[in-house]
Amino acid sequence: MALKLHVDEKLIARARDAARNITGEVQAFIDQHTTTSTERAIVRLFGVEGKGLDEVPLPNLVVENIQDGGGLDRGAAYWVCNAMARHSMSPQEVAAAVGAGKLDLMKVAPVDDGRIHEMAIMMARETFDRIARNRSARKGFINQWGERPTPWLYIIVATGNIYEDVIQAQNAARQGADVIAVIRSTAQSLLDYVPEGATTEGFAGTYATQENFRIMRRALDDVSEELGRYVRLTNYASGLCMPEIAALGALERLDMMLSDSMYGILFRDINMKRTLVDQHFARMLQAQAGIIINTGEDNYLTTDDAYESANTVLASQFINEQFAHRSGMSDEQIGLGHAFEMDPRQEDGLLYEMADALLSRTCFPKAPLKYMPPTRHMTGNIFMGHLMDGLFNLTSVATNQHIHLVGVLTEAIHTPFLHDRYLAIENARYVFGYARHFFEEFDLKRGGLVERRAAEVLQQSLELLEHIEHVGLMSAIAEGIFARVRRRPDSGKGLDGVVTKASGYINPFFELGLKGGHR
Amino acid sequence: MVAIKSLMDEQAAAVDPQWIKPYGDTTNDGAVQLSFTLPVKPGGVAREAARQMCERMNLENVQVVYMKDLGGGYTFFVVYGRVKDFVDLSTIDVPEAQVPTWSMEQVNIIAREKLGRKITVVGACTGSDAHTVGLDAILNMKGFHGDYGLERYSEFNVHNLGSQVPNEVLAAKALEAGADAILVSQVVTQKNIHLHNLTQLVDLLEAEGMRDKVILIAGGPRITHELAVELGYDAGFGPGTVPSEVAAYVLQELLVRKGVAV
Repeated sequence: MALKLHVDEKLIARARDAARNITGEVQAFIDQHTTTSTERAIVRLFGVEGKGLDEVPLPNLVVENIQDGGGLDRGAAYWVCNAMARHSMSPQEVAAAVGAGKLDLMKVAPVDDGRIHEMAIMMARETFDRIARNRSARKGFINQWGERPTPWLYIIVATGNIYEDVIQAQNAARQGADVIAVIRSTAQSLLDYVPEGATTEGFAGTYATQENFRIMRRALDDVSEELGRYVRLTNYASGLCMPEIAALGALERLDMMLSDSMYGILFRDINMKRTLVDQHFARMLQAQAGIIINTGEDNYLTTDDAYESANTVLASQFINEQFAHRSGMSDEQIGLGHAFEMDPRQEDGLLYEMADALLSRTCFPKAPLKYMPPTRHMTGNIFMGHLMDGLFNLTSVATNQHIHLVGVLTEAIHTPFLHDRYLAIENARYVFGYARHFFEEFDLKRGGLVERRAAEVLQQSLELLEHIEHVGLMSAIAEGIFARVRRRPDSGKGLDGVVTKASGYINPFFELGLKGGHR
Repeated sequence: MVAIKSLMDEQAAAVDPQWIKPYGDTTNDGAVQLSFTLPVKPGGVAREAARQMCERMNLENVQVVYMKDLGGGYTFFVVYGRVKDFVDLSTIDVPEAQVPTWSMEQVNIIAREKLGRKITVVGACTGSDAHTVGLDAILNMKGFHGDYGLERYSEFNVHNLGSQVPNEVLAAKALEAGADAILVSQVVTQKNIHLHNLTQLVDLLEAEGMRDKVILIAGGPRITHELAVELGYDAGFGPGTVPSEVAAYVLQELLVRKGVAV
């Protein structure tokens, strides 16, 4: 338990209603569309792996074959299952034949629609069974060893080489990390395919591939066994391949994924229609897999002022929550993001940070909030940076944050050295332990500065949400409401991958996942 | 007391002020602190290895004040030592962009009166770089360190293209906007990819016949003026640069190019 903040519950309820309306309007659009990456995710969920002609991943070749033939509006599941039924082939055999240029899915004589549908549902059921087994494996480990106390220590590794990452990740776990996040290679979010195999070359990160996921999962399972506690694995789903990477995360038992409904739009200039459609399927898969998502509101504060723009963070958290609910996600899976980014020269900055962090805690009581360390005001003065991280750690334990990205003193200089990480974890463990129950001894002053700041941010967030409710989310993004970044509905990368569904469209995973058929 | 004072005077006089070495608490004590990790298990051998490592770095009176097991056969050290060598300030030459100290108001007035038109700048983090902190500090309305960003200047038109902009897109946008200056920010790097990005832009602008028509500026934590000039830029700005410095530099350069006395 942490400090208790008193705010007007009616305002919170009203903000949530506004966000529900905002996402409801967008959902109507989402439901009418699919995307190339959604369809490739379906192909992957059918178990397809590997590369075809010119080293192109088979899921891309399959979906390109269908899109070129003008059939994507019925969904990849329809065409793949049709070929499976017609030629008695497995999905992998179908994909390999397409990849080798020996099969054109659009030229396979159609079998009965009912049979295709039945087959698609059967395939999806098998996959969901596999995902359910992953989910119960995770649950088994946690039952066996117990759950970790919060805030969980979340540590990043990013060497570019998956085998080097394994060494760093196991070391970080031994030093106390509860969660390992493998940072992706820079710009992977803009690749319109998921690379294949184990990779050893990346820039400021390591490629997210199915094989890399497997390698790291195995390594963390080994170190979990060694330490007698379950070490969680995280990777990034956002980007042009959001649903595909979510699918791989679900298949390979990732425990968390960065998955934001708007991050790609704002920070990677991915087309908003593409991202909004993609995030729905990605999160439905994550919901099924029991994956905790991490949203990216912290990023707003790297381009916008943390004190002045706290309302954009809270408003976005409400929107992300509502989108996640629409994908069937429970509150316990929605790791809403925020950050400790105020100017260290600001008088009473600690008070405002505490107020903002408590406000998120209060508005989303069941959410495993993801709290991000200072980055913007880290200057290269590692001594000052270490102290700022200490106050960040104090705020986190005082306000009962859940997923705590451990701030490292060498932020803004280089990806952490081995001892940078040790010093950072030592700092966090020291503060968490030393102040563990301290804040339970205090009541916040009624009508005091913390309460007033929180009330003001909540009120401004509500006003912002009401504005977005009025103009619509797409227009609001075009106005530059979040992070001061402006994006138009028809600009950005990946719009050519957005397709309007036809009446015979099939996505068996939605049918099973969202209708509660396979919980 | 007298004896101590005269000793200090004598020491000070013996020192050529152009020759310096690190200062701890006594002139020319050469005191430095270091921290590093060695791939060895902690213990007497590790401690001695750390000490010898520092001697090879030309330190003397090495004290290993802290040793910590990081697990997996790695040990962390904190070390103090004294540097033997001096550096000679008189031989050091660091070129810096010559920038007048003008406030935002002064820049606006001078631009109106002497240039007589608005100044257009296009900025981007190029290549794979997703970190806009530096670019935003210079361009965004809010600015940096109490110094307003170029968007706030009445005489500047600013196009902030954001992160991960291909050099081709940046060049095309600069052409379309009729940019007077292009600002390129490079923050995160690995294996020196930032240098590749920066030189590729210069090549591209030259190929398009645009290089001489714009003021080309690089910025970022690893950028120095000297490096930027070497790469074919007009100027480079490192960490701690405030927007008014960039604004003043651009305006001054435009006036010089126009043949107007500054």
